[in-house]
Amino acid sequence: MKLIIAIIKPFKLDEVREALTTVGVTGMTVTEVKGFGRQKGQTEIYRGAEYSTNMVPKIKIEVAVGSDLADRAVEAIQAAASTGAIGDGKIFVLDMGQAVRIRTGETDETAL
Amino acid sequence: MKQGWKTAGLALGAAALVAAMPAWAQTPALIKAPTVAQQATMVNKGDTAWMLISSALVLMMSVPALALFYGGLVRTKNMLSVLMQVFMIVSVASLVWVSWGYSIAFTSGGENHFFGGLSKAFLVGVSASTYGATFSNNVYIPEFAFVCFQMTFACITPALIVGAFAERVKFTPLIIFTVLWMTLAYFPIAHMVWYWAGPDFLVDTPTDYGFLWGLGALDFAGGTVVHINAGIAGLVGCLVIGKRVGFKSEPMPPHSLTMTMIGASLLWVGWFGFNAGSNLESNGVTAVAFINTFVATAAAAVSWAVIEQVVHKKPSLLGGVTGAVAGLVAITPASGYAAPMTSIVLGLVVSPICFFFVTTVKNKLKYDDSLDVFGVHCIGGIIGALGTAIVADPALGGQGVIDYTKFPAVAASSYSIATQLWIQAKAVGLTLAWSGLVSAILFYGLKLTIGIRPSKEVEVEGLDINEHGERAYNY
Repeated sequence: MKLIIAIIKPFKLDEVREALTTVGVTGMTVTEVKGFGRQKGQTEIYRGAEYSTNMVPKIKIEVAVGSDLADRAVEAIQAAASTGAIGDGKIFVLDMGQAVRIRTGETDETAL
Repeated sequence: MKQGWKTAGLALGAAALVAAMPAWAQTPALIKAPTVAQQATMVNKGDTAWMLISSALVLMMSVPALALFYGGLVRTKNMLSVLMQVFMIVSVASLVWVSWGYSIAFTSGGENHFFGGLSKAFLVGVSASTYGATFSNNVYIPEFAFVCFQMTFACITPALIVGAFAERVKFTPLIIFTVLWMTLAYFPIAHMVWYWAGPDFLVDTPTDYGFLWGLGALDFAGGTVVHINAGIAGLVGCLVIGKRVGFKSEPMPPHSLTMTMIGASLLWVGWFGFNAGSNLESNGVTAVAFINTFVATAAAAVSWAVIEQVVHKKPSLLGGVTGAVAGLVAITPASGYAAPMTSIVLGLVVSPICFFFVTTVKNKLKYDDSLDVFGVHCIGGIIGALGTAIVADPALGGQGVIDYTKFPAVAASSYSIATQLWIQAKAVGLTLAWSGLVSAILFYGLKLTIGIRPSKEVEVEGLDINEHGERAYNY
């Protein structure tokens, strides 16, 4: 089992969700986050007081999948979230030790 | 005796005389120094209705307009502190006004031209059947209408000050400051600029006026009394209290420019009561003040947006609404004297100057006038006060001034921009010095006794939760 964490541009969320559904992913968790990478922040000016925001708003999605689906899911996210510009985000894949479905108590791959 | 006052009066234009003519036609004999019983026959229901509506409009400028305009500009943790400061200052100021303010501002000081007496303290002697003078012979309004209208000015002026040291002031000392500052700065300056015996009485009591009125200073709706007065007090306050923790080292962006836009827009609407209401009657000059208030504001909003487009490459909403407020401030003293086209010029001119002060000057001198009370209200007020001397010139379409030493009053025979400009400069200088000095004494006095600034811990955590025990937004 793998846990895929992807940081993407907020406006790409719908496309990523569709792409993941297409390859068979049945659920995901989405969080609004801020961070920085190589993409610069924006400058805000309030009556001459200038603030550079160096944290850029992003969307973090977390998807737990069986090992057989992981590669296709990563490819799907990468293809859907890419614009070719700096700031498109990153995908991290972690090994996942255990999963439990709370309602039934099912474990591991049957719980995903 | 000063000579200037003979030809310069407060607020009535030639058009007002013309507008009053039909009334004279019905009552051909004007009465000099009418008795109260005679005054009762000289009240117009339209004037009364307009003055009461104007009073409510000006109250709306304080709450909620100014409160929202300021509140949107502070950080979330201090939103309620600003709303509460404005709301309570308005409440306290109205009580102070009816207790002793009206009397100090609008009763005769005899040979003392700097403040009035206490004969009408607690509104003694004011009733439904006493009347206040207007700017026309034999036209009166109920005295309570005048008390209410002027009360709203006394309410908003101290509330304007709090923007300069927002996010770092203790509540109770601020309220104490408000009561003392009104008594020592606002009431005397209102008396100096706006008190006079009235057109039916001045001929017989030719020295019964406030000091600046006597000089011939023109201030239709409060450029000196309200904006310069509050603006300089704010600057002194922010210097004595000091900069916010984190000023220039951490971002302090406005928490809700949506609120600020609502506030600025309500200010614009309310300002029609402020400026057009200041004619004290509902006539041609009232409409002049109304249209001038409309177009000067529009011009200033446009010119601020244009200058930001040029300098910052993006026109910001905050810039647009700040320009509008600068335009409202600038047209205030000139509103009943200018013509629409000269009002537009005044509006176009004031924004670049205020822009320069709130960006370049403030950044260079590094004072933390948080919401730009000095840069917008004091500087805008000065531009307006001086500009009034130019736009009032009948040669430029202005309303000119009235000679109240004649009965009935007549339009003054001549007008000199240079002479008037010098008088205006003296009024500006005296207001800056008087209010600046009073404010410095009061702020230092409070700082050295009960303290005026919260602890660093309180300031960092926010005034809302610490000073008022509540939060603005509980999601």
